[in-house]
Amino acid sequence: MEDEKIEDIEIRLLLEALYRRYHYDFRNYAQASIKRRLRQARERQGVATYSALQDKLLHDPAAAARVLRFLTVQVSDFFRDPSYFKAIREKVVPHLKTYPSLKVWIAGCSAGEELHSLAILFREEGLEERTLFYATDINQDALEAASRGIYPLDRMKAFTENYRLSGGRASLSDYYSTGYGGAVFDKSLRERVLFSDHSLVTDAVFSEMQLISCRNVMIYFDRQLQDRAVGLFRDSLGRGGFLGLGSKETLRFSEHVDAFSEFVREEKIYQRRKA
Amino acid sequence: MSEPGVSARRTPDAVVIGASAGAIQALLHILPALPEDYALPVLIVVHVPPGRRSELTMLFAAKCRLPVGEGEDKEPILPGTVTFAPPDYHMLVEPGGTISLSRDEQVLFSRPSIDVLFESAADAYGPGLVGVVLTGANEDGAQGLAAVAQAGGMTLVQDPASAYARAMPEAALKACRAARRMSLDGIVAALLAAGTR
Repeated sequence: MEDEKIEDIEIRLLLEALYRRYHYDFRNYAQASIKRRLRQARERQGVATYSALQDKLLHDPAAAARVLRFLTVQVSDFFRDPSYFKAIREKVVPHLKTYPSLKVWIAGCSAGEELHSLAILFREEGLEERTLFYATDINQDALEAASRGIYPLDRMKAFTENYRLSGGRASLSDYYSTGYGGAVFDKSLRERVLFSDHSLVTDAVFSEMQLISCRNVMIYFDRQLQDRAVGLFRDSLGRGGFLGLGSKETLRFSEHVDAFSEFVREEKIYQRRKA
Repeated sequence: MSEPGVSARRTPDAVVIGASAGAIQALLHILPALPEDYALPVLIVVHVPPGRRSELTMLFAAKCRLPVGEGEDKEPILPGTVTFAPPDYHMLVEPGGTISLSRDEQVLFSRPSIDVLFESAADAYGPGLVGVVLTGANEDGAQGLAAVAQAGGMTLVQDPASAYARAMPEAALKACRAARRMSLDGIVAALLAAGTR
């Protein structure tokens, strides 16, 4: 067996340090991608080794806060993968309409692009009044951005096209006004949203959901951590509840694969088995 | 980063290929030439525009003797398969020999990025990797190929003179002195030698 590379030893120790000192647990993140991010973080901090980065982060909480935010930041789009939202609208919504009240969890909501997309879709489908949305992330900046609902104007053209392709019934511009240097989405879209700091790595289940959307979040986890997160989703979903993943994610390799059936196979929408 | 004890070349474990402008013609020369008992996995990044489902997989599945697919997250990497990076995702190799995907920012204006695939594969396979940079009009792949060489892997570059676009192979040759400059026929012969048991 080859000796572990020095760099890999250093990274392991750094992740352990971040966990013990700041309770951010990246120890079971997919190694290849967390390594890339750490390399960028190290270069930004201007230090030559991960041991030096560890030293700095252990003793400088402000620097650590910046690095932790960098390590956990994600960007998304409104109605990203329009066919996913079309499938939610056309295939999942008819089931949701049979419930008197609904709980929807956007797990890893980043800056709220997907949350707003679903809120708009639920309004157009007449489900908004009976729905409570839970929007969670581990990145505090992202949660704040999501609760503000302001996005760069230069992205609205692409988002508008996504919205149209997803089967949107109105015009995306009906939902925002221009101000604060961006597109400000109507705050009524966020009236039924609970924002919360929640980690799929370390925190517990939510109460009975009918729909969980968690897209391109678990790609950053290793298999073991994915199993934990999918286990959380299984236990947080009511029987017959739905789980939507990113277009290149799959439950095929999960230990919980038998707890779900493929509901819309090509859009990675799964349904919690009833028995 | 250079490590002691990786200089001895061993039997390859995997092939990574990067291509951009002119990729399809070049890959049509290479991939259909691989036999159905080919012993190595072949992982490929082609720069494709985001927001569109890739048609590469269908095109090459019809022309190749090996199974051709688009990488899914945590998929095991199997010998004798061809896997394309999906549009708008980086595709990486995890040390245990599985694929992981990322939506991290573009690298050199590209997602998927050749550098990201090559650097992670160099990390996972070390001297057991063959890296190939083909035609393209940018500099993606140059750093990645240097990482492959640094880890002790074999590095091949399409001769810029015969490439549809020469910037990418030229940048790769410049960044990676160890790389061999080859015709497409030469690359096919080298890949067959590396992966026929």
